[in-house]
Amino acid sequence: MRRIRVLVAKPGLDGHDRGAKVIARAFRDAGFEVIYTGLRQTPDQIAEAALQEDVDVVALSILSGAHNTLLPRTVEALRARGLHDVLVVAGGIIPARDIPGLKAAGIAEVFTPGTPTQAAIDFINQRLRPA
Amino acid sequence: MPESRDAIAAAQERWHKEVAAPSLARFPERQAEFTTNSGLSVQRLYTPADVEVDYLRDLGFPGEYPYTRGVQPTMYRGRLWTMRQYAGYGTAEETNARFRYLLENGQSGLSVAFDLPTQIGYDSDSALAEGEVGKVGVAIDTLADMETLFAGIPLDRVSTSMTINAPAAVLLAMYIAVAEKQGVSPARLSGTIQNDILKEYAARGTYIFPPEPSMRLITDIFAYCAREVPRWNTISISGYHIREAGSTAAQEVGFTLANGIAYVQAALAAGLKVDEFAPQLSFFFNAHNDFFEEVAKFRAARRLWARIMRERFQARDPRSWMLRFHTQTGGSTLTAQQPMNNIVRVTLQAFAAVCGGTQSLHTNSWDEALALPTEESVRVALRTQQIIAYESGAANTVDPLAGSYYVEHLTGEIERQAAAYIAKIDEMGGAVKAIERGYVQREIQEAAYQYQRQVESGERIIVGLNKFQMEEVPPENLLTVDPAVQEAQRRRLAEVKARRDQAAVDRALAALRTAAQGTANLMPPILDAVRAYATLQEICDVLRAVFGEYRPTEEV
Repeated sequence: MRRIRVLVAKPGLDGHDRGAKVIARAFRDAGFEVIYTGLRQTPDQIAEAALQEDVDVVALSILSGAHNTLLPRTVEALRARGLHDVLVVAGGIIPARDIPGLKAAGIAEVFTPGTPTQAAIDFINQRLRPA
Repeated sequence: MPESRDAIAAAQERWHKEVAAPSLARFPERQAEFTTNSGLSVQRLYTPADVEVDYLRDLGFPGEYPYTRGVQPTMYRGRLWTMRQYAGYGTAEETNARFRYLLENGQSGLSVAFDLPTQIGYDSDSALAEGEVGKVGVAIDTLADMETLFAGIPLDRVSTSMTINAPAAVLLAMYIAVAEKQGVSPARLSGTIQNDILKEYAARGTYIFPPEPSMRLITDIFAYCAREVPRWNTISISGYHIREAGSTAAQEVGFTLANGIAYVQAALAAGLKVDEFAPQLSFFFNAHNDFFEEVAKFRAARRLWARIMRERFQARDPRSWMLRFHTQTGGSTLTAQQPMNNIVRVTLQAFAAVCGGTQSLHTNSWDEALALPTEESVRVALRTQQIIAYESGAANTVDPLAGSYYVEHLTGEIERQAAAYIAKIDEMGGAVKAIERGYVQREIQEAAYQYQRQVESGERIIVGLNKFQMEEVPPENLLTVDPAVQEAQRRRLAEVKARRDQAAVDRALAALRTAAQGTANLMPPILDAVRAYATLQEICDVLRAVFGEYRPTEEV
């Protein structure tokens, strides 16, 4: 079985990449193959990278408050490229009241501040490698 | 000290054998090893034998070299630190209202948060600004927005700090232009622009141009302000974001002062004399929860910078030796779980900043791991500073923790480790090279990852997060930025563009292009462009076309 491939991406303009880099490294230590986009990626750039890199998961990190705009657009951009099965998760400072809307827009799970990296790893493993 | 170090060490050995060891046999310690929050080793007990301090050489007196005890002779007995809450969201009108609210509540200085498009040099109508307008700060597109932001606030009577880096020259020019309209001469303006691009590359991410032209913009500001805006702090060399990105306390000092050295070298290379610009340099540090380590960090930073400026750069003006700094409490230490506990964390951190001799202070609000703070939560944060100022007694004597064997030991240790980082960066050819090679970023990432692992393994306890957890309902009444802000701001921008003199804008931008292609100081043509209501992005686009854009090599 091939290893799970994850694109860790920073949509929007914020430069807070501590979380993105920590989760990227934790994913790698968990045996995933990880590609990190770097900062300031548009939804289309992220979707294009997901397509080129043939990933199973797109993990979006956002702390700018623009999540309600940018996360649904990223899902749309992925679907527009035919990437219907790619699992999309998000992390960052995302208020609880915004989470139902994001899930309805296709974000499978939202990890808020204080979530152990293991919780994200477990979630991805369970969704992609159900026992 | 009457006892010799040897006598104390011998007595301590006896104490250990006769008193400590029998006690340890019955009551073992909680951990095999104790460390500070940043991982420095902590011993059971500190005595004069652990403190290698020559009082007159290493501590001295406040207001005198090496400033370990503070930059002013009487510190807060004369004047309290400036209570300066970082604020800004939505439109210039909304932020103006928050500023007036803070001033009415006893705040003594302003601190402007700009939204991300502004910080990266895009107008609110740019496609890249989609969803970001007014979110983490106020949106500023033209001088008209800046006029609204400071409406009714006399600029000769407040000091204003602006968290702006890559386009700092443009926002400073707008501030000067607003002052002109109020009839206030630039010579009377006081405040700070962050203007620290190196930590943007290393830790914060709002860069635009490559290092070389960025350093030119910075030294142009130094030169311009030395003549025209002499009370302005032309840079705030920032460890804050380095620490937020995950560094240790010693790295925060080492990497920040290494960046400071790079700015001094750039200004010297541009032909400035050290004592012409160095008195206008200022610093910005974080305050985390390990109280003693943080106090020691501030003291170590002051001493090390004074030594660097005097010994390495041969500065002669004592003001060039002084490390003056702003402090903000540590955003990354706040928890989304049981968030009211954050008030206590902020209190510890703010108290450390005060005991460490800060010149100004921002206290975070308890709800910031959840959303932007509300007026109520910001008020509690400001009241926290006022309680420390008026009720704790910490402001009544200078450098109250000096002489603590533990704090003096930590001060020496942090200074030593920070100096070792600076030496390593010097070997690589300086901070610009070390950042271009990714060294600083890798060191920070490594420390951040180790910290996260310690939290997840339970080796490091965060109350409410990995111990003493409870079921919670998410708090309500969080601040929301109205999504209509983006549309309102775009309309406003369109109106300004429609009524300005387009020919004057074109002339100003053409003059700016010529200046950027040459070597003239860029501040005067930028001022002319903002006076003509050229937009922030129009100005930055001219500079992008001449300078290019920074493209980092990302690695994890």
